[in-house]
Order: sequence, then C-alpha cells, then structure tokens
Amino acid sequence: MADKPTDVNGKNDMSRRAFLKNSGLVAGGLVGGSLVGGLLTNQFQQKPTETENKHMSGGLQEARVFINRAEDFAILSAATERIFPKDDLGPGAIELGIPFFIDKQLASEWGTNSKEYMKGPFITNIKSTGNHNVSRDQDSQGPNAGTQVPSPTPRYQSILNRGEIFTVGLRKIDQVAQDDFGARFVDLEPDQQDEVLRMFEEDKVEMKGIGSANFFYLLLQTTIEGAYADPVYGGNKDMMGWRMKEYPGPRMSYLDTIEDEEFIKMEPESLRDYQGH
Amino acid sequence: MVVKLDKVDVVVVGTGWAGGVVSAELSKAGYKVVALERGKNITRSDYIGVKDELRYTNRYEMMQNLSTETITSRNYIDEVALPVRTRKEVMVGTDLGGGSVHWAGATYRWKPYDFEIRSKTIERYGKDKIPKDMTIRDWGITYDEMEKYYDQWEKTAGISGEPDPIGDKRSSDYPNPPMKSSPAVNLFMDTTKKMGYHPYRVAAGNLSQTYTNPDGETLNQCMFCSFCTQYGCDFGAKSDPLVTVIPTAVKTGNFEARTGAYVRRVIYKNGKATGVLYSDTMTGEEFEQPADVVVLAAFTFANNRLLLLSGIGRPYDPKTKKGVIGRNFNGQFNITFLGARGYFKNKKFNYYMGAGALGGTMSDFAGDNFDHSNLDFINGGGIELRQYGDGAIATNHVPKGTPAWGPEFKKNSIYYANRSLNIWYTMATMSYWHNFVDLDPTYTDSFNDPLLRITYKYTDQDRNMAKFGIEKCQEIMEEMGADIVDVDEVPDEFDHIYDGGHYAGGVIMGDDPETSAVNNYLQMWDVDNLFVVGGSAFPQFAGHHPTATIGALGYRASEGIIKYFKNGGQLVEAEKKSRVV
Repeated sequence: MADKPTDVNGKNDMSRRAFLKNSGLVAGGLVGGSLVGGLLTNQFQQKPTETENKHMSGGLQEARVFINRAEDFAILSAATERIFPKDDLGPGAIELGIPFFIDKQLASEWGTNSKEYMKGPFITNIKSTGNHNVSRDQDSQGPNAGTQVPSPTPRYQSILNRGEIFTVGLRKIDQVAQDDFGARFVDLEPDQQDEVLRMFEEDKVEMKGIGSANFFYLLLQTTIEGAYADPVYGGNKDMMGWRMKEYPGPRMSYLDTIEDEEFIKMEPESLRDYQGH
Repeated sequence: MVVKLDKVDVVVVGTGWAGGVVSAELSKAGYKVVALERGKNITRSDYIGVKDELRYTNRYEMMQNLSTETITSRNYIDEVALPVRTRKEVMVGTDLGGGSVHWAGATYRWKPYDFEIRSKTIERYGKDKIPKDMTIRDWGITYDEMEKYYDQWEKTAGISGEPDPIGDKRSSDYPNPPMKSSPAVNLFMDTTKKMGYHPYRVAAGNLSQTYTNPDGETLNQCMFCSFCTQYGCDFGAKSDPLVTVIPTAVKTGNFEARTGAYVRRVIYKNGKATGVLYSDTMTGEEFEQPADVVVLAAFTFANNRLLLLSGIGRPYDPKTKKGVIGRNFNGQFNITFLGARGYFKNKKFNYYMGAGALGGTMSDFAGDNFDHSNLDFINGGGIELRQYGDGAIATNHVPKGTPAWGPEFKKNSIYYANRSLNIWYTMATMSYWHNFVDLDPTYTDSFNDPLLRITYKYTDQDRNMAKFGIEKCQEIMEEMGADIVDVDEVPDEFDHIYDGGHYAGGVIMGDDPETSAVNNYLQMWDVDNLFVVGGSAFPQFAGHHPTATIGALGYRASEGIIKYFKNGGQLVEAEKKSRVV
C-alpha cells in the first residue's frame, strides 16, 4: 500500500481510494464517525516519508501571501529565529517554516481581526504602557491559560489589526537596529538582535498605535504557535516541532493506554494523516 | 418590515443546557416549542476529523464572533468601560447547543450551604462575618429541593462518577461508573489521601461506557483523545445538548430549533411578554415570534442584555442600591483558578492524552466544610488536578526565572513539556453591591443597540481566599514530589479577561422581589409568563463549576412552566423580607 512520494498532491492516490471503496468501509462516507476514519488511517496509511513532506511543504507552503516586501519577511525570519533558535535539540524557526506560518496567519481572519470587535471609539493615546498592562503574566491563570504563551494582560484597544501591527512592528525593529546599532536588523550579530528584541519585550520602544511589548508578545505567541501547530498551517515543518516535544499529533483514542505508567513515545501524525487522505 | 409568525406555546431563546432541557421537557409534555439560536446549525459531523489545536484552542473557533457584539468592562463605577475586543479576552459559546458543546464535562453539585449561604453563615459565625459590601443571598430554594433536579439532569447527561466522600445526600448513584484514571491523577489522589484529605475522581460528562439515557438517547464511551475542552466531541461521547435534549425534543414532533436567529427584544405589553423580535442572520429579515410563554435561556450576558434592552424589570442602580436587573454579577474569573505548578525532573507523564473532566478533586476546603472562624473570608472551593490532554502549543510551561524566549526557553519548554502538572483552587466568588451589569452609554452592536457593560472588581475576600487556596495547592504539589513548585501570584485587580466561560448573576433567584428578579421556578416576579433560566439566576457563585446546577435549574423551570400553563399566575408567593443591602 505504500504510496510513492509523488502522491503528495493526491494525484496518484487512486489505488488506496479504490481499495477503501471496494472494502465497503467508506460506504456512506464517514458516517461512522472518526472511529472509522481512524481505523482506516491506522491500518492503511503509511507514515509520511521525509521526501513526501519536503515535497508537500516545499511545493505549496513556502510563498508569501501577506507580507509584500521581501525585506520585511527577512526581518521576521531573523527575529523568530532568535526567539526559537536552532540548537542541538533540533531546528529553529526558519527551518520549521515559522515565518511562513506567521505570514499565512496574518492573511487569515485572525490577522484581519474579522471576528473581533473593531468599532470605535478607540483610545488614542496608546503608547508603551497605556492601557496595556504588561506587568502581569497571564500564563498561569484561567482554565485555558495553559494554552497561551506567557503574555501580558492583552487588552486590545488598538485600531490596528494584527496584520497592520506586524507590518508596523517589523519595520520598527529595523529602525531601532539602525538607530541604535547602525545596521539593518538582519545584519546584526545575534546578541545585538536579542538586545533589540528585548527593548520591544520591555516596552522601551515608542510605537504608534500599539505598545511595543504588545507587538513583541504577538510575535512571540505566533512563533510558538508556528513551532507546534499542525503542519497544515505552514509551520512545524515535517512535524519536527512535535518530534522535539515527543507530541504524537491528533489520534483517535488513548482508551487502552491512558492508565499506562510509562511514557509512550510515538511517531507523530498530522491532520493530513488523521483525516485519512 | 417585521414579519409576524404563527404563535407557539413556548419560545425559548438559546439552545445550551438551560434552553435544551426546557425545550425537551416542554415538547415532551405536548407543548409547541420554538427555540431560537443565533449561531450556526451544527451536528456531530462538524467535528469529525478536525482535531486542530490552533483553530479551536488558540483561535477560538467555537466562540462567539465579536465583530457584531461584545461586552464592555471596567473595575469601578466612575471609570469609562472599554470594549473587550478579542476572542482571547472573552469566551462565549455560540451555535446550536451553546457553550455546552465545548464544555470540559466536569460536574459538581453545589452544596446545601451554597443555596442558603446567607442564613447558614450568620447561623454559624454571626452577622458580622458577612462584610457590609457583600450582597450574598439565599436562593429561595434548598439543596434538598434541588436534589431531584440534579438527579434528573445527571441521568439525562449520563454523568460518570463516584460520590464525594464528604459530599451531600444523593437519592441515587451517578448513572455511570467513574472514568479510568491516569498516573498523574492517581498521584494527586494518593498524595492527598495520605495527607488526610478526601479526594475523589471528578464526575464527568465524558462517558465511561456506552449509555442510553431515560429519554432513549445513546451516548458513546470516551476515547480520551484529549480534544474535548473548546472542541465539539466527534464521538458523541461528551454529554451535550446535541446528543441528549435536542434530539429528544425533535423526536416529539413539537419542537423546532431555528438557527441564525439573533433575538433582539422581548416584546412586552401590559405586564406580559407576548413574544420575541429577532433578525435572521443570513437574510437580515426581521421576525416576530409570538408565544404564550417566553423563556430566556441564553448566556448570562444575553439574558441580562435582552431584559435591559426590552425595558423589562427594574434595572439595578448601584448608587441607590435599588432595582434588580443587573444586580449581583458574579462568576469564575481568573482569580478563581489560581494554584501551583510542579515540575518533575525525572518523571514523565503522557499528558497529551486526556479528557475534559479527567481528574482528581477534593472538597475539604470547599464551601463551609472547614472552619472559617479565624479566616478572613467565607466559602471556599474545590482543589483539582485535571488532565485535559494538552496539545503541543499548550505545553510551554517553564519554571519561573526561565526567559520567555530564546535558547533557554526552548530547552526548558521542551524538557518540561511532559514533566509538569498543575493544581488549582476553583474558589467561589461572592457578590457585592459594586459588581453589576448595565447598558454601555457609548459602544453599540451592529444594530446600534448598546452593549452590555460589566463593572467588576476584586475584593479582599477574593484575594484572601485565593492566597489560602494557592498555599493548599502548593503543599499538595510539594508532597507529590515535584522538584520545582511555582505558585501563582494573587492579582491586585480584575484584568478584564473573561476566559473560562463562567459568568453569572444579574437576573438572580431569591424569595424577595425587592432584591431578586426571578422566583425559585425562574419565573420573573414582575412578568408571570417570562422565565429566565441559566447562570444568570445565580445570586453568587459556588466553589465548583456551574453546569450541573444550570441543568438542574432547567428541570426546575420546566416544572414551573408546566404548572404555569395549568394554573397561570405567580407560582411562588413572595415572602416580604427586610431588605439588606
């Protein structure tokens, strides 16, 4: 049943589909729920090979759809790599595709704040601290707090949507680099780049329309998300983020292993595997 | 132009547990019921194959679209409230089944003390134990009276659990045995037992086995797949209205659920509600749905806002402390989930597995189970260790002192991804005269109607109780053998983050029409044919999660509505009380 690497776009997928159809297991589609889907997944779908994944992400996901200027994207890449650097544990932001992940997120309904309340009046004097209280971490609070990276109290009162915040913020990073270190951000030494980023983190940079710490935490949050979200969004390339963390990805059931004392390490699977094609 | 539809017996606003139970019971009793839901029509198949942490947990896929409507928030009466703009800051369910579809499943009954808190506190500690600003109330109903409704809801929902060893009288066991446990939960249970406490497994709306409820609906066994809280269950193994009360209502042939129906007013004439006005979110058309009985069973925010926009009931005025609608706003806020996180250097947990209500808990420091004579607060809360089954984005906890980014963050966050556990105190929140809701003077929704404004601040009671709970969690975590134990800091002030989804009050129950909006059947004192059901009825919040109590109130209200159809009028005679503010 092993698919060839060229199957990645589903072009040569007919043999498996035909088999499933003939077996009767998919009669009526996925009416049996994901139990059936998972059964099929587990039984018939081979683990994606490295070649296959490279084709998938390399072919489809590594193109900008939000950030126009290549130099903005280069700043984003360099900044995320400092936030999540390559080391002996594994790949860093660039290798994981995190800049492309962020670019896609900024083009999404999240990036355009289409499901947020964006009616005025807006507070006009948003500066470094303003009404954005950066003194207190939210990461340890609330039933879902575990799902957030450490971030300050993020009362969002900006007229800017997230895409605009990133555009303004990335250019500000470059400006600070040039003003304080005399070079483009991408040309600075890693230590100097960290210093620039720390100025944003500590809310020491004056920005228009948004506090610099708020921009920094957006950047930080999306970098972490890009490392660990399902690879379908363009980050976590080849599930390398999940591998570092020994996270298995979406699975049908742990009914038989939930009581196990030993840690169970599995080869990760993605939504692509989970949905069965 | 408003299109006037044919009259029905009952129109229900909202399709969560409150609206779902009422819809099922009334349509079973033979009444024609229309339920209006502003969100989408969803079914099980909307969740099959979509186990996606980014989309649901981080981007809040199942939460209300705020571009049309949100809340505004402030701490003090003289502040300007600002809108809560993002879904990261306010978590409100939407779509068929409401917030009940993405709930975790943790199920608790509230205590006899919770229903008679004012009387029982005074009885045990004297009148001075209640701070003068605190406006806690007896509910006008006792635990003994509530018991049969809890029992009925637990059976409908198929709750899996074991009784609290120091819990209250039950007329029957949970309909299903407790879920399987996990090493992390066992460690919490064994440790707290050794410390002399009374731990037990969290009762769960995640089913321990396949089960058919008294209405004939079948629920499946939980797979511990971990996509539970903030997700819809694709197995039909989490108890929600989509697999229980809504299909039951549909089967009667007396029920219609109309989705994309955004209710904007209750129509009110000569002391009676005659129906509701709503907009179809797909066409923009306006409809009037007349009914003999109107039931508001939406989220707390919507129940309050609809009454205020419709001019029904006397709005609460904090300056005079008179009026009822908007009074005693309460809920589980950030401060109610503080505790301790432990990092284990040499122990790994399969923490990517789990279920919403998989966990251990104890009520030794809940309610009035412990002596408060020398404590600077009343009430308390549960202590829980839950194994939700965390996704990879969620497991970025690092010991305090670790930078938030860079090489050291990466190293620690990866090392501790499967080596950290959290215990928190789910403490109660008491009500105060200065915490309330009204209509915002500035910000409006897309129909130009005012948003609901929330005024809420923490008090010493909250901060003292949080501090107490954190210490208990820390002691347990240390005893569990964690190498590093980090504790949460008690915040000075409420930060306008409305996560957790548990907000209550504003249309509260009671036995005094001067200080409560609805009687113990959830019938409005002022309007005989208007019932307001759900968390909005809580006069204050208990130290446990709310869902079972909302389900139980749904059954209580249903009984009341049927009585009203038979006899009419007010179902409860108001006891004239001396008003305490």
